[in-house]
Amino acid sequence: MKVAVIRFPGSNCDQDCVLALRSFEGVEADFVWHKDTSLEGFDALVLPGGFSYGDYLRCGAIARFSPIMAAVKTFAAAGGPVIGICNGFQILCEAGLLPGALVRNKGLHFICEHVDVRVERSGANFTSAGMTGGILRIPVAHGEGCYFADEETLRQLRANDQIVLRYCDEQGRTTAAANPNGSCDNIAGITNKARNVFGLMPHPERACDALLGSTDGRVIFESLIHGN
Amino acid sequence: MGFDEIALVWREEEREHGGMAKVVVTVIPKPSVLDPQGAATAEAMKHSGLTGVGRVRVGKSIEIEFDEAPDRAKLEEVARDLLSNPVIEDYRIEG
Repeated sequence: MKVAVIRFPGSNCDQDCVLALRSFEGVEADFVWHKDTSLEGFDALVLPGGFSYGDYLRCGAIARFSPIMAAVKTFAAAGGPVIGICNGFQILCEAGLLPGALVRNKGLHFICEHVDVRVERSGANFTSAGMTGGILRIPVAHGEGCYFADEETLRQLRANDQIVLRYCDEQGRTTAAANPNGSCDNIAGITNKARNVFGLMPHPERACDALLGSTDGRVIFESLIHGN
Repeated sequence: MGFDEIALVWREEEREHGGMAKVVVTVIPKPSVLDPQGAATAEAMKHSGLTGVGRVRVGKSIEIEFDEAPDRAKLEEVARDLLSNPVIEDYRIEG
């Protein structure tokens, strides 16, 4: 499998993503510059974290107009798997590939810590290697990670089982105290209706090596590799 | 540069660019969206002794100078799709 990691000006998790992906057998990973217009030859895409365009205007608001985004939209429309991590999630929302938006954390602080997230749906393309109800310990690092969507959108997300990850405590309870940023419904990750586009605020690429304190992030990439 | 000097430069620039169309787009979080910045600012204003402060929302104001009369339909589209995010923000165009 060949995975493209899209680099925008201000992306800063691109190298970590490529490094993490290359640690899986049979996976090739390469950078694709945002000014490129072709994704020919790639089987999956990762939009990494960072601060594309300095977060000017809104997080992801300008990146979504990058030349590569037309190819990303075509790739997604054809059913190709796309993961957006943190700023990548914000870009996917701004681009309309995922519903809702990510706004300023409820507590206003930039949060950088390990959190627990519960796998809501193991059948999803991006968590097939995990168990439904299983807890993953993955770091978050964001100032604008509060997931917001109107009631009707939330209702549809629930009805279509599009909520893939929710912030929880160590026992797997999705309490308000376990919600680091005020996200609606403790949402940490969602897919589109077709389930081939996945956005999440936690950084799985930072939890792929025991040296970094957790290897739970491998579940996400393993699912991407074997579930698609 | 102090504030007075900056204001002076601005006034000079305005004179130079006189006659150009200027449009201000105001973007503000929708009432249904949590605005922690607004809430924190409201608290600070109360602490400063301002009485009667209710709900506060913090948005942004985008000033655009045009060399010619802007295409209104295109401006509307840009305000809706680029300058604001319709999921979380409302906008208004003045000028």
